[in-house]
Amino acid sequence: MDAIILQILNGLDKGSAYALIALGLTLIFGTLGVVNFAHGALFMIGAFVAVTLQRIFNLSTEHVDPTKTDFLGNPLKVKVPYVESWFGPEVGAALIDWSVPIAIVLAIPVMLLVGFVMERGLIKHFYKRPHADQILVTFGLAIVLQELVKYFFGANPIQTGAPDAFSGSMDFGVLLGFDPNTIMYPYWRLVYFLFAAIVIGGVFAFLQFTTFGMVVRAGMADRETVGLLGINIDKRFTIMFGLAAAVAGVAGVMYTPILAPNYHMGMDFLVLSFVVVVVGGMGSLPGAVAAGFLLGILQSFASMNEIKSLIPGIDQVIIYLVAILILLTRPRGLLGRAGVMEE
Amino acid sequence: MQILGLSKRDSTFLLIVIALTLLTPILIQPFPVGSGLNTFNAGYPDLMQKIAIFGIFAIGFNILFGLTGYLSFGHAAFLGIGSYSTVWMYKLLDYNVLWGLPLAIIVSGLFALVIGFISLRRSGIYFSILTLAFAQMMYNLAYSVLTPITNGETGLQVYESDPQVLLGANEPSSPHLFGIVMRENFWTPKIGGWEFTFNNGYYFTAIIAIIVFYLSLRIFRSPFGLMLRAIKTNQTRLNYTGINTRPYTLAAFVISGMYAGLAGGLLAAMDPLAGAERMQWTASGEVVLMVILGGAGTLMGPVLGAAFIKYLENIFSKINDSVLHGWFAWMPDGLEDFLIGVSHFFVGKSWHLTSGLMFMLVVIFLPGGLVEGGQRIKALFKKKRTSGDDGAGTEAQPTAAE
Amino acid sequence: MGILEVKNVGKRFGGLQALSDVNLSVQENSVHAIIGPNGAGKSTLLNCFVGKLIPDTGSVMFNGQSLLGLKPHQINQLGVSRVFQTPEIFSDLNVMENVMISCFAKRDGAFRLHPFETVSHETDIVEQAEQILIDVNMIDKRHMNAASMSRGDKRRLEMAMCLVQEPKLLLLDEPTAGMARADTNNTIDLLKEIKEKRDITMAIIEHDMHVVFSLADRITVLAQGTPLVEDTPENIKGHPKVKEAYLGEAA
Repeated sequence: MDAIILQILNGLDKGSAYALIALGLTLIFGTLGVVNFAHGALFMIGAFVAVTLQRIFNLSTEHVDPTKTDFLGNPLKVKVPYVESWFGPEVGAALIDWSVPIAIVLAIPVMLLVGFVMERGLIKHFYKRPHADQILVTFGLAIVLQELVKYFFGANPIQTGAPDAFSGSMDFGVLLGFDPNTIMYPYWRLVYFLFAAIVIGGVFAFLQFTTFGMVVRAGMADRETVGLLGINIDKRFTIMFGLAAAVAGVAGVMYTPILAPNYHMGMDFLVLSFVVVVVGGMGSLPGAVAAGFLLGILQSFASMNEIKSLIPGIDQVIIYLVAILILLTRPRGLLGRAGVMEE
Repeated sequence: MQILGLSKRDSTFLLIVIALTLLTPILIQPFPVGSGLNTFNAGYPDLMQKIAIFGIFAIGFNILFGLTGYLSFGHAAFLGIGSYSTVWMYKLLDYNVLWGLPLAIIVSGLFALVIGFISLRRSGIYFSILTLAFAQMMYNLAYSVLTPITNGETGLQVYESDPQVLLGANEPSSPHLFGIVMRENFWTPKIGGWEFTFNNGYYFTAIIAIIVFYLSLRIFRSPFGLMLRAIKTNQTRLNYTGINTRPYTLAAFVISGMYAGLAGGLLAAMDPLAGAERMQWTASGEVVLMVILGGAGTLMGPVLGAAFIKYLENIFSKINDSVLHGWFAWMPDGLEDFLIGVSHFFVGKSWHLTSGLMFMLVVIFLPGGLVEGGQRIKALFKKKRTSGDDGAGTEAQPTAAE
Repeated sequence: MGILEVKNVGKRFGGLQALSDVNLSVQENSVHAIIGPNGAGKSTLLNCFVGKLIPDTGSVMFNGQSLLGLKPHQINQLGVSRVFQTPEIFSDLNVMENVMISCFAKRDGAFRLHPFETVSHETDIVEQAEQILIDVNMIDKRHMNAASMSRGDKRRLEMAMCLVQEPKLLLLDEPTAGMARADTNNTIDLLKEIKEKRDITMAIIEHDMHVVFSLADRITVLAQGTPLVEDTPENIKGHPKVKEAYLGEAA
């Protein structure tokens, strides 16, 4: 029992990331009708916004501290981050420590801008083009973005820590009445899951309860009719693209303590997120979220030693296997509606 | 003149392709070795072999994607299977490529049959995702549980301890065809400042490439090819015309898988190694790029695309700081540094950035690829305005011809 | 016994009873029109003949063989061709290639792997295709790209693609929908010519009364998923029920 709970918990954080990326992919697909292979790159850009902010906070002045000496007896050079010299040592240190969550504040405008530029500059021209062209051009864009990041940040993963307050693990088992140390769950993963739940809830509430969201939902259901009502749906869709980019971006920001960001993380997550979208049903937002968590949890179950010894290699292929099975038995995915992507 | 059952026009076309292929060692080595333009020379065996091999891969992929419009994102898997099969034959029998290549074609064909049978139940993006899923599965498995077959991250290679039951006493210890060693050159003439390399391996792959190009030409002109093109334009009409489209697409899928397997086998024939990285989905993306760049659905496009990409990849990766300094030395210092700084984005290790940009530019501005670009230029020179009917007629024909 | 026998066909979509208790008999070598107001279920009925939809109840027999559960291509191979409301042609191919595909389907069946034959060497196919293009007056356009033709020519091409297969039954789904008057008249002339020159049975769904009355031997009037009457054009014109359900509304 405790093993099962542990695996479910382990699946949640990966599932959260899948769900957040898949949510954006589905929003873009449902509203703009565009298959965006560059969506994983947006996730990656978000992660590197966090890296950048941490680096900015760590920019330091160097000066000689006459009171201290190094091991040769010379006066010691100390580095003091600018933020510490400006805001005082305590506030400065706290800023550095909390740079990942703070990066969200930076990431939202950055991602909105990136999304806006992408949609107006490129995607807009591909609304009427075949899906194959959309896949290809966004695939090209994804390569360009990831290579740019590689150029500036190098090919190696960059460790980006969570705030110290969340660095430990929580003894989840005790809460449920198990023995101590049976179900240990890192605090940050819990934070990530809660964060994802809030973002997903926020997006759904936005679509459900605002006029803007209502129009967008109507547009997703039937674009032409909404256009006939004289509502400028294109403008709203541009904003939706920015929103989807922002969701992917903040998902990337918060994921950095779980996975040290590298330039190809976007591609890695994109393939899986696409599988998630297809499993959930193209164009279905609840489907994307449900499938994200489902596949995340399934993957973590498949990586249990008991299961791996039973079916070797299952952890490597479980997601794809599920995707193939679902596509063949339920062609529209778990919650997909008819007529999407079916010529 | 007509040869091999081809029309006059196609015969000429094939002869030109044969000539170009056989003269490649000279054509892509146009500059004297000592000159500053030596960087743009590409006449070394390794690169030429790659151009021919990826040309074969792209020709096969084009039969599926170019003709039927089904976009597979998993064809690199067949490339990998071809390589593994061939290296296994080295390990079990001997270094003669005669055993490995047919096996590569057969095994990848069988895999393509199974994967195609399942994936082709769906179309559009669902098909792309299914092929991607299969390829990723195989890639992941190659690194994990299938290690006994694939040798995991090290890659599959021949060891002293391997059986090699057919290995003779004087047999070469690298891939060969009845004693013709692939890695050896049979002629390296030096004429003035020019140096050319005529390599056994290149000519072996080139001859195979010509044969498979001819086969693809025949497929394009056949009723089968016509059906495949019809599938791309209107499946509904085809069904109501009494055609069962599934076996046609499956046949195209299997043929393209066999081409990929052959290409993979040839990679192992040039260098007796096989690694799982060949099966990654970015590798599948690369062949898509080649076909698109050259011109999907055209005969020559995939070969041009493969040659172009492999050539640029090689040249761009070769250009480093000292080469750049050599080029821009005549400029004022500030401008020189600036240009070198900008170039950094595109050359050396940043080759992929250039290829990504190229990918985007082609899809945006030239969906028909290089072949369409060539036709546009040709049309500019002709500047002959014909009436509506004729215009449409001439438009329809080049797609079938080039 | 007609060539096409429809018995008690019913089809439901969710809460909508699209067809109920449809009985229909199309006689060999006749032109049978199915008319009715919008939403009467005409297209649904046609889709039940060609394998696109499977009726919930009843049977559809063609030449004594049940069509239920067969795929569109199988039904075509039995000798049923279909013309669509919007012409379905191979727009990336030229006119000749369009027609030749039909010829190949007729000669080689639903699938034949012939990757190393050459299309232009198949003289019987080429001749057949050229003959039908002469018949429908399109031979001068044979190298034209299908996409660049007028609506009327596309219809003509689609018809040629069906006729070259020498079907026993030709189904036409509003063949003149969305056409200008001149194109409509051309199409009527073409259909009349086909009727006179070829031994062919046609079932035609049509909105345009002009088309129906100039072609049909028998007419079935469909309303709300059920046949109201079936009779000759002369009798249908005066029929009070029909006037009420359809003509009155149209006039």
